[in-house]
Amino acid sequence: MITTMECAVDAQSLISISLMKIHNSRTQRGGIKLHKNLLVSYVLRNARQVYIKEKYAEIYRMQQYEEVMTVCNEIQELNPLDLDAEDADNEEQARAACCGEEMSLCDPACHKGAAQSAAHVRTASTLLGCSPFEDGSKAAEPSDYRSCCMEASPVSHFDQFSADNNRHCNKTTVLDLDTHVVTTVENGYLHQDCCCNPPQCGQEAQSPGKKRKVEFGCCISDMEEISDFTAARKRAKREDCSYSNPDYTDTSNISNLISIFGSGFSGLLSRQADLEQICSKQALASLGAWTRAIVAF
Amino acid sequence: MQWCFSQVKGAIDDDVAEADIISTVEFNHTGELLATGDKGGRVVIFQQEIENKSQPQFRSEYNVYSTFQSHEPEFDYLKSLEIEEKINKIRWLPQKNAAQFLLSTNDKTIKLWKISERDRRPEGYNLKEEDGRYKDPNTITSLRVPVLIPMDLMVEASPRRVFANAHTYHINSISVNSDNETYLSADDLRINLWHLEITDRSFNIVDIKPANMEELTEVITAAEFHPHQCNTFVYSSSKGTIRLCDMRVSALCDKHSKLFEEPEDPSNRSFFSEIISSISDVKFSHNGRYMMTRDYLSVKIWDLNMENRPVETYQVHEYLRSKLCSLYENDCIFDKFECCWNGNDSVVMTGSYNNFFRMFDRGHRRDVTLEASRENSKPMQVLKPRKVCAGGKRKKDEISVDSLDFNKKILHTAWHPQDNIIAVATTNNLYIFQDKVN
Repeated sequence: MITTMECAVDAQSLISISLMKIHNSRTQRGGIKLHKNLLVSYVLRNARQVYIKEKYAEIYRMQQYEEVMTVCNEIQELNPLDLDAEDADNEEQARAACCGEEMSLCDPACHKGAAQSAAHVRTASTLLGCSPFEDGSKAAEPSDYRSCCMEASPVSHFDQFSADNNRHCNKTTVLDLDTHVVTTVENGYLHQDCCCNPPQCGQEAQSPGKKRKVEFGCCISDMEEISDFTAARKRAKREDCSYSNPDYTDTSNISNLISIFGSGFSGLLSRQADLEQICSKQALASLGAWTRAIVAF
Repeated sequence: MQWCFSQVKGAIDDDVAEADIISTVEFNHTGELLATGDKGGRVVIFQQEIENKSQPQFRSEYNVYSTFQSHEPEFDYLKSLEIEEKINKIRWLPQKNAAQFLLSTNDKTIKLWKISERDRRPEGYNLKEEDGRYKDPNTITSLRVPVLIPMDLMVEASPRRVFANAHTYHINSISVNSDNETYLSADDLRINLWHLEITDRSFNIVDIKPANMEELTEVITAAEFHPHQCNTFVYSSSKGTIRLCDMRVSALCDKHSKLFEEPEDPSNRSFFSEIISSISDVKFSHNGRYMMTRDYLSVKIWDLNMENRPVETYQVHEYLRSKLCSLYENDCIFDKFECCWNGNDSVVMTGSYNNFFRMFDRGHRRDVTLEASRENSKPMQVLKPRKVCAGGKRKKDEISVDSLDFNKKILHTAWHPQDNIIAVATTNNLYIFQDKVN
């Protein structure tokens, strides 16, 4: 897989080109071409994987910088009598250290202790083979994950994706690879930002009890097999009711991949439910610059 | 072996009407007839004239024999979809009587056409005048037997069967079985078996549609019956695999008998690996021992007895590997090139861009690049081999990759079953070349 930064930039343009192709195929004469759309979706997946990897690498680099700076500050500020500060710093450091490990793929996240680890492990195992709608393992879902996605996500949190905003030494940004929850640790206090995957945000808002699916199957090879159209699955379930001909619905679902990216095409897709449109707009507001390029279409 | 220009069919205009774009080319089993299908749903059949014995150095020419509208554009009201009239494939049936039969298909419907000649007409009816008016019976004083008198040759094409409503997805292949009774049709996800006489039903023999369409990972791209074994057929997939199925094993051939797959070279991995490994055509050799597959950059020959890798691989235009991104942007990467064998399976041919086509001599390990162009179309003009310069210093007569015209593509080629005569389709022209007879 191509992994240079330059290709991450190409990945962006590939993603937008691919989305355009999928969109155009809906109006082409002769109907949607299943073969071509399938191939385009492979390019989309590949480009997305590269882009996400690059982003994670970037965050990890920023995170490591933060870690170093935190330790430096700690050394400067450490007051043996101020136990709270020390605990907070230790917590931050520990979290930073353990969350640094999150950057390595497939490791369960270690936010907030073992209970969450268990939840994350369950997440991973759920993803490996089960339907995303399975309720069994969701009982232990921490409420803050749920709530984070219920709130509208301020754009400012996502600025932390860019290197610039991590100049603040008292902030640590951590991205949970399994649940895609972005966490900011500020002065020892935990803030959870909205998840970075727009459709999951939307889906979560709709059904809080349900576990989020990890869209980006970059780590587990099995997930690559099922991830291509997984985001469209929920939409597909809804659309199955509206159309009597399953074959046609199935074919047109491929082109609903546009919804994965919550792009500006939402207004062009006449079949989209209101809820999805709201989620798309929400997601849109929370996405970084690269998806704004798609919106421009 | 040297190739000479013989003929070119089609408009000289640079401005190509979309309906005139050639979409399929096929010789019949004797090579006497050459059929083309176009995007406008028309079929044009050329016939080889009887060889001129006094001038043996000139092989006979192909002239228009019959033209008919095979398919019309349709509209599926239930799905709000337009069905293109473009002819995807033509396959000839072996000749059984005076008439010729061929199967032509668009995305949804296959039709069996009968092409018959009429070169005599009856004359001398007792009750009818020559112009068809009925005579007054009272004026008839004697009886005579009508006779057949020669007339100008008239070639009639009539649709004898219409095989419809069996495919939800787009038909990409049809193949006549060696039993001359059945044929298969393949779309993206299913393959159906038909009897040539029966139009109201077909058997589904392959179905790769997953229960959940979101789990779809591959589609069927081509399918063909074995030339001699009526129970055997193969189908290729978008993942670069070929499955050989035996219809004796079970009614539904979802489970393959053999799976032909070459492991991917990890060093060549790119964003477009899946696209370029998708097989666009599969053809059995005439002797039935090998099959050939075409993917975006190469042609592979497989021995039916060896599944883990091809016995031969030929690079068609490897210089395009570094251009895949732009080819993706302009959609050229989705072009479906076909390939064909010569009569004795010693040479294979396939098309490329810039109106180039390539031939690979398997025995002598030689390959050549030739061009189909109006500039090289003087009668019996010998085609000069072309060369593409991939990088570095461009030699004289070489063409650099960046100068290639990607709008001029040769997707469809056909080789006469016995002679060294080839038909090469550019966008809207059909070139016929033959080997130089010394």
